[in-house]
Amino acid sequence: MKEIKELVRKDLLLELRQKYAINGILLYVVSTIFVVQLCYGRVIDENAWIALFWIILLFAAFNAVSKSFVQESAARRLYYYMLAPAVSVVLSKIIYNALLMLILGALSLLVFIVFMGFPEFNLYLFLPAFLLGCIGISGALTMVSAIASRSGNNAALMAILGFPIVVPLLLLLVNASRMALKERILVADILKNLSAIFLIDAVVGILAVILFPYLWRD
Amino acid sequence: MGLILYSIIAGQLIDVPDLPVIRETIRNLFYHVCMWFAMFTMFGTSLVYSIRYLSGFKPEHDIMASESVSNGIFFGIMGLITGMIWAKFTWGDFWTNDPQLNGAAVSMMAYLAYTVLRSSIDEKAMRARISAVYNIFAFMLLVIFLGVLPRLADSSLHPGKGGNSSTMEGLDITMRMVFYPAAIGWIIIAFWLLQIRTRKRRLLQIVQK
Repeated sequence: MKEIKELVRKDLLLELRQKYAINGILLYVVSTIFVVQLCYGRVIDENAWIALFWIILLFAAFNAVSKSFVQESAARRLYYYMLAPAVSVVLSKIIYNALLMLILGALSLLVFIVFMGFPEFNLYLFLPAFLLGCIGISGALTMVSAIASRSGNNAALMAILGFPIVVPLLLLLVNASRMALKERILVADILKNLSAIFLIDAVVGILAVILFPYLWRD
Repeated sequence: MGLILYSIIAGQLIDVPDLPVIRETIRNLFYHVCMWFAMFTMFGTSLVYSIRYLSGFKPEHDIMASESVSNGIFFGIMGLITGMIWAKFTWGDFWTNDPQLNGAAVSMMAYLAYTVLRSSIDEKAMRARISAVYNIFAFMLLVIFLGVLPRLADSSLHPGKGGNSSTMEGLDITMRMVFYPAAIGWIIIAFWLLQIRTRKRRLLQIVQK
């Protein structure tokens, strides 16, 4: 437990000092939303709002999470290998990336609302789905980034590997968002959607924790 | 082989029940569904061998895993093509917005990404390990896309998913007579192809040493 906290703290400190990832991605998000706003003005169809929001968030996630493993050189990896068990390393990466995604997601949601307005969403469905979605996307992409980092640090590889894994989650999120637009939703429907998203998050997380040690050993 | 010949010939000749939209094209059931069965067994085999590789690190398991994935991709593409031909005749278009079609396409993409991953790593042991890890992810995706999501979806064109009644309940007895041997026959062909390919790879390895 202590190692996980220390590793997360190390990542956070690195990030705060360099502000490398956050600034780049924030710039990316703001400029894409700005381009969208140039096209659409403020009048936007609600389905288009959902589509654009999730696309922008997805690409921001790809950018953010891919930097997490790429920074570790081989020598540093050996150092970590001796210091901490593999499970702690992967858990700390997942927690850190989830935090990063949550912050990024909240910021992009805010910028999106400012530029494009906020449709009449049922917040009980949309907000939990959004939070769980950010965590899920970051977990899946952390795992993919771990795989891609061991095979030559090819940026295209991470996109190729990551896209199919992210698609089911994205499907569920878009469905949940579209359902959140409807006026009267049953609690059972809300729970069904949220539990599906939560299940995928859990499955990805558990698989990542189980499989990561095989990747970690040299 | 005999089973396949039987299923192909009998599939054309026997009487089929006259259903509204499908009519004669329901004969495609023998080919299309069998392709998916064969693909599923291939990917299941690859999953088993991937897990066995991760627990033992024997190179033969890695060969089996990667060859079964190639086989599975082949049968999957055949399944997609037969499905598209069938769709053109019954639904009017090669591709529709059906959850099962989209899910099948994305699963194929996942396994193609697996092939790309394999070709991008040079060192044998690392390649085997990393692709085994990704294989497990890809299989989980396959199960989610082809099994779970279509059943949860609201509306689907495929029988058995999203509110339609399942094919298996409504299958006529004459069709069953052809369908079961056909399914078994195609699965046997899949394993036979797998055997040939793994033998070829093992021979290549011996020759190279």
